[in-house]
Amino acid sequence: MVRIGVFICHCGKNIARTVDCAKVAEAASQWPGVEYAVDYKYMCSDPGQNLIKDAIKQHNLTGIVISACSPKMHEATFRKAAKSAGINPFLCECANIREHCSWVHDNMDVATPKAIDIIHMMVEKVRYNHPLDPIKVPVTKRALVVGGGISGIQAALDIADGGCEVIMVERAPSIGGHMSQLSETFPTLDCSQCILTPKMTAVKQHPNIKLMTYSEVDEVRGFVGNFTVKIRRKARYVIENMCIGCADCIAACVFKKPKFPDEFNEGLGLRKPVYIPFPQAVPQVACIDPNTCLQLTTGKCKMTCAAACPKECIDFKMVDTFEEVQVGAIILATGYKLFDPKRIPNYGYGKFDNVYTSLEIERMVSASGPTEGQVLLKNGQNPKSVAIIHCVGSRDTKTNAWCSKVCCMYSLKLAHLIKHSTGAEIFNFYIDIRTPGKSYEEFYDKVLEDNVNFIRGRAAKVVDWDLQPLEDGKLVVHAEDTLMGRRRRIPVDMVILSVGMEPQSDAGKLSHIANCSVSSEGWFLERHPKLAPVHTMTDGVYIAGACQGPKDIPECVAQASATAAQALILFSSDELTREPTIAKVDEMNCIGCFLCEKVCPFSAIEHHEIKDRNGNVIRVVSRVNEGLCQGCGPCAAICPSNCISIAGITEEQVYAQIGAV
Amino acid sequence: MAEFHPKTFAFFCNWCTYTGADLAGTSRMLYPADFRVIKVPCTGRIDFEFIVKAFEQGADGVWISGCHIGDCHYNSGNYYAQRRWAIFRQELGFLGIDLRRLKFSWISAAEGRKFAVEAKEFVERITELGPYTEFHSIIPKTREAEAVTGGGN
Repeated sequence: MVRIGVFICHCGKNIARTVDCAKVAEAASQWPGVEYAVDYKYMCSDPGQNLIKDAIKQHNLTGIVISACSPKMHEATFRKAAKSAGINPFLCECANIREHCSWVHDNMDVATPKAIDIIHMMVEKVRYNHPLDPIKVPVTKRALVVGGGISGIQAALDIADGGCEVIMVERAPSIGGHMSQLSETFPTLDCSQCILTPKMTAVKQHPNIKLMTYSEVDEVRGFVGNFTVKIRRKARYVIENMCIGCADCIAACVFKKPKFPDEFNEGLGLRKPVYIPFPQAVPQVACIDPNTCLQLTTGKCKMTCAAACPKECIDFKMVDTFEEVQVGAIILATGYKLFDPKRIPNYGYGKFDNVYTSLEIERMVSASGPTEGQVLLKNGQNPKSVAIIHCVGSRDTKTNAWCSKVCCMYSLKLAHLIKHSTGAEIFNFYIDIRTPGKSYEEFYDKVLEDNVNFIRGRAAKVVDWDLQPLEDGKLVVHAEDTLMGRRRRIPVDMVILSVGMEPQSDAGKLSHIANCSVSSEGWFLERHPKLAPVHTMTDGVYIAGACQGPKDIPECVAQASATAAQALILFSSDELTREPTIAKVDEMNCIGCFLCEKVCPFSAIEHHEIKDRNGNVIRVVSRVNEGLCQGCGPCAAICPSNCISIAGITEEQVYAQIGAV
Repeated sequence: MAEFHPKTFAFFCNWCTYTGADLAGTSRMLYPADFRVIKVPCTGRIDFEFIVKAFEQGADGVWISGCHIGDCHYNSGNYYAQRRWAIFRQELGFLGIDLRRLKFSWISAAEGRKFAVEAKEFVERITELGPYTEFHSIIPKTREAEAVTGGGN
């Protein structure tokens, strides 16, 4: 026997202004099964909630309909009230008569009957509500951090310091990311390496962190609290835990001189096929590049490196291996890639010797860089004049529409550093100078006082043909100076392109592996742009740093710590509670077609074998993994035998609602 | 004769259009009252039998609305809805259902204004088309037939 209670809220005047609440209560009390119907000024207030609780107890109600604001607003409040009165919270439904009715109609004759309909639909629905119990799943208190840049490092250290285990996966041979390549960081001009390397070492030494460099995530299975991750350990050809980083192999390589472009120095320096990425690399372990090593490409090498190794840890027969790990949370901190300036051919990158990207100049300016901190032209001399072109691959509908956020500041920083180290005349070609950040504007003011030139206008092209003796042998930047309203030709020795940030080219692939989404640009998509900036749509998967969008270092660190906090929140209890509004398969009627498996966005459908008493498989049917299912419902819609139902929105509940009008 | 108020149903996904409708409410945008909302978790949940059922129960029109393609809360639910919709719409047309009485739209949680505009368009269109008497006239016969045979599921 159903006994339904209907509670109609006036919401002060918000509902009562256009809905005749007393009349609605009167109408509701007439419906079959409705035991009690009442209207009250504020249902969400304490007296209102007490009214509900008392009525549930007094009338022994088996279902309640709260007719008030949107369920998004107070469903949780009322369900909690229902629970405290001793009935299952999922026997409480909200009829939305404020946002969907009283606020969008101005006529009581229209709004009152509509409110009655809306409530009636919910009364019919609640008839078919079943008590549901929250689903509990265990939690593995270990996090996976993908990416070993500053964001990944910060997240890993925070979680590890919080007392939980962390596995860090980095695809390069060393952690450190882009930040390790920078010279000095704006606006304080502290040395990037000096603030980063202690953190890198801390990661290596932390007892709670397991570091896997030169590795990639191949597969993620499972769900929040219970992920199984398959990690590919790429063949490094050096046994990592035996190598002591003595570099004897590098000295002994058959290539007497470094010959191949050094990735860490953006190709400005050279390295051998066997190399340690940079002096402060973590781990301090050599790595052999399979694309350039003579033994690995031709098989005909004297293998002097292996002979020179005192620990005999060079192994040319090494192959990629796979490792499976169990984790409870995944933090994606895969960072960004730089815009390739060859995509804008008019700037002459790759064509003219003295056109550099900003990161190349960062390496040059860095004391540990290929030029030991000197800014040099190809001919080995200091430039006398330098142009810095802003917004290369940013704020440009032909390439990337977004602002890369850091370019203005790092351009100003480079201007400052070059001015002070070479005394060269510097021209900044900018669209707008954007310096929102603590002490950023003050830094801009300081650079303005440095006698650096600012020309407002996007540079059109860089050419090497001269029209006047002044331009002889120089690069000429063409731009429209929008403040003077004139086209200008500025001859310079060196051009620096302030390239923007782009999503990693394989971000889409990783998003598929980790079951989260990327925006149309390729940045990882957060659950809510303001209120859930580090969550993804998948529970237990979080995003930190520049993989979510252009960010500077402080923002990356803040976001990384936020993801660590989220992971630690997850790990703070032994069990997770999840909403029970999920799919359920009627295994008696399932025909085992597994169309549901194909449409499930969360891979929540499992194959379940039904066996006879001898253990022979009679039938294979689908079964829903309660931890993975989010209750979205395409499986229920596609099931040809109609044997999947979604708790809370079953077929009979939909039909009951249709029948109520 | 009293003014005609159509009976219509709207199936909205929980995350985008339902919330978009909430936003229209919060922004106090007025729109006609002649549709009744059924909230589903995702447009992918919509079994198109729901639509047939709605017509069978005397609906004059049905409106389905969900997240924009690419914005689905569940990543891909609306893709399935869209594909199934394309086929089912043809099927309904083949069966003789007046396709003008069906509406499909994408309205995000941020598009309160669009919601109000689309709601107005839908109700005005169905009001103009009038009661769906062609379809309603065959329902009683179906019901009677069911009563005689004891009915199906």
